[in-house]
Amino acid sequence: MKITFPHMGTSWIAIKTLVEGMGHEVVLPPPPTKRTLDLGTKYSPEFACLPFKVLLGTYLEALELGADTIISSGGVGPCRAGYYTQLQGRILREQLGYDVRVITFEPPRGHLIETYRIIRDLVKVSFPKFLACAWLAWQKLLALDALERESHRVRPLELEKGATSRILSQGIAAIEKADSVREIKNITATFLEKFKQIPKDSEYQPLKVGVIGEIYVVLEPFVNLDVVETLGHMGVYVDRSIFLTNWVTENTFLDTFRVEAERNAKKAARPYLPELVGGHGQTSIGETVLYAKRGFDGVVQLAPFTCIPEIVAKSIMPRVSKELDIPVLTLMLDEQTGKAGIATRLEAFVDLLRMRRNRLAIARGETA
Amino acid sequence: MNAYLGVDVGSVSTNFVLIDEHDQVLADLYIRTQGQPIQAIQTGLRMLEKEIHPSLTIMGVGATGSARQLTGVILGADVVKNEITAHAVAAMHCIPDVQTVVEIGGQDSKMIIIRDGIVVDFAMNTVCSAGTGSFLDHQADRLGIPIEEFGALALESKQPVRIAGRCSVFAESDMIHKQQMGHSTPDIIAGLCEALVRNYLNNVGQGKPIVPPIAFQGGVAANLGIRHAFEKELGVPVIVPEHFAVMGALGIALLAKENNAQGKKTSFRGFSASELEFSTRSFECNGCPNHCEIVEIKQDKAVLARWGDRCHKWQDITNTEAAS
Repeated sequence: MKITFPHMGTSWIAIKTLVEGMGHEVVLPPPPTKRTLDLGTKYSPEFACLPFKVLLGTYLEALELGADTIISSGGVGPCRAGYYTQLQGRILREQLGYDVRVITFEPPRGHLIETYRIIRDLVKVSFPKFLACAWLAWQKLLALDALERESHRVRPLELEKGATSRILSQGIAAIEKADSVREIKNITATFLEKFKQIPKDSEYQPLKVGVIGEIYVVLEPFVNLDVVETLGHMGVYVDRSIFLTNWVTENTFLDTFRVEAERNAKKAARPYLPELVGGHGQTSIGETVLYAKRGFDGVVQLAPFTCIPEIVAKSIMPRVSKELDIPVLTLMLDEQTGKAGIATRLEAFVDLLRMRRNRLAIARGETA
Repeated sequence: MNAYLGVDVGSVSTNFVLIDEHDQVLADLYIRTQGQPIQAIQTGLRMLEKEIHPSLTIMGVGATGSARQLTGVILGADVVKNEITAHAVAAMHCIPDVQTVVEIGGQDSKMIIIRDGIVVDFAMNTVCSAGTGSFLDHQADRLGIPIEEFGALALESKQPVRIAGRCSVFAESDMIHKQQMGHSTPDIIAGLCEALVRNYLNNVGQGKPIVPPIAFQGGVAANLGIRHAFEKELGVPVIVPEHFAVMGALGIALLAKENNAQGKKTSFRGFSASELEFSTRSFECNGCPNHCEIVEIKQDKAVLARWGDRCHKWQDITNTEAAS
């Protein structure tokens, strides 16, 4: 089988390792570009959300490169994304005539046997060999998240604009090529050290902003118009609420075995939104509560235009924002590729946060 | 005498404000951008130079508006800031205890919530430009009424008709229906003003607490019909500041003054910038499938700035890879 899968930030590096470890050829689609968006928009229902369109465009680009099987994930709760793979499969097969198989991984909870069957059918090598590859892929994921996290901390402090992003992309490229756990650990250590060596303004106290919202638009810089990097260049420390490693842990192990301990965000959301509204709606509220409690200066909510779970969260947000005294900026993302509108809003939001922090410092008797 | 210049280049108008060291407005200027921001800036500079006293020294320059990046390069601005902050600064300057700012310009509209002299919340129209200046311009034109008289006509209405305000396409077709049914023009215009105010409060306001004093600024604040519709809907008077049409420019002039007050030297190119030869060109980068549209600003042969690339490689102006 020639397998392809969607792009979501840097996750392709780990997924590629995993799929190759199962004994298949991987057809890596190009990262999403305007062409992806053009293709996706052309063949998608008009009312579908941005993730649907970008994913369909990505599949089309992968099929052009010879892929015959698509692996993707299903959705949780009442969110349209739950049936997206079925619909995309039908568009590709019935409307466009591709002979393509679409395999959907649902969250294992409630689908344990089905998940086991899919994996059993997919794995063409000995099981111990597959486990070793899965472990390698997991280590890559951990390493990628570690470097990205550190880049968020370093970027607002850098003296030469762009230095952090440059080292981060070198680190990502190195992890991609690594083929042993030891090598990955060495690379991680080397690049964490390189981040340390970047000349920094150590006096500067960056504003702290949490980025929350729907997973795809949070993780894929092409669709969020590089929000995380843009904020970093404005001198803001960004904490992204979603990293793939935590998300995988929560949705595969914790949910399957009903471990409640780590589900802080859902618990924190309860006073405002006790229901699962699909997608990431409930966690968006919960994460905002947690950021407020951790003393963050503000929160940026990212949502695909027309995303129901995030719209529900958005309409509850004013109360959360008021009661916990944390400013929230919601950005609805759609097909626009011009960054000016987003930059204007982010800049004004950062101005607001800065004035607010100075005011709070004066109120506490400190000099701003 | 020392002065500070603020320039706001928006989609529809290009505005200039010159203030002195006591924040008094020495001169202001409102001209149409007409899709040619560089020309508009240069025309404005020439007009301003004629108006002011020759002994005046420009100590600082600020640029704002959707063309702020370009303006900053052309003028040599000391401060380049977004128009939301600039409008808030100007509103607080004119009305120190202001709590709500309603700003409606050519293509966008904003609401800024201020408490105790700081911005605590803001919103900007995202998906819809119904009710902004361009739409009103278009409707005035369609009815054959000069835009300056358009709003005043609304005040003559006795019975405003109901117009759908959610979308400018719906609004226009609704207006045509009502006009063909025989309703009077003042009633239709008054209905349109009410619809647009409703749309603004829903779409931009989204339940934000609108507390007086309310400043109403931006080009559309000149429209008496919209002003009246706001007061009717909100039940409180709205204050239209003296320099309502150029508040963004005033705000950025104040910020430029704050920035350069401690004797920082300005990087202003001088009024002679109006005679310099600036050219822009755009080209598509073929470095990756993004095909970014890069804009390049040149003065004579020297590249001043480039933008539009996602990967930032063209922003380094020494990059000579550019296909000529």
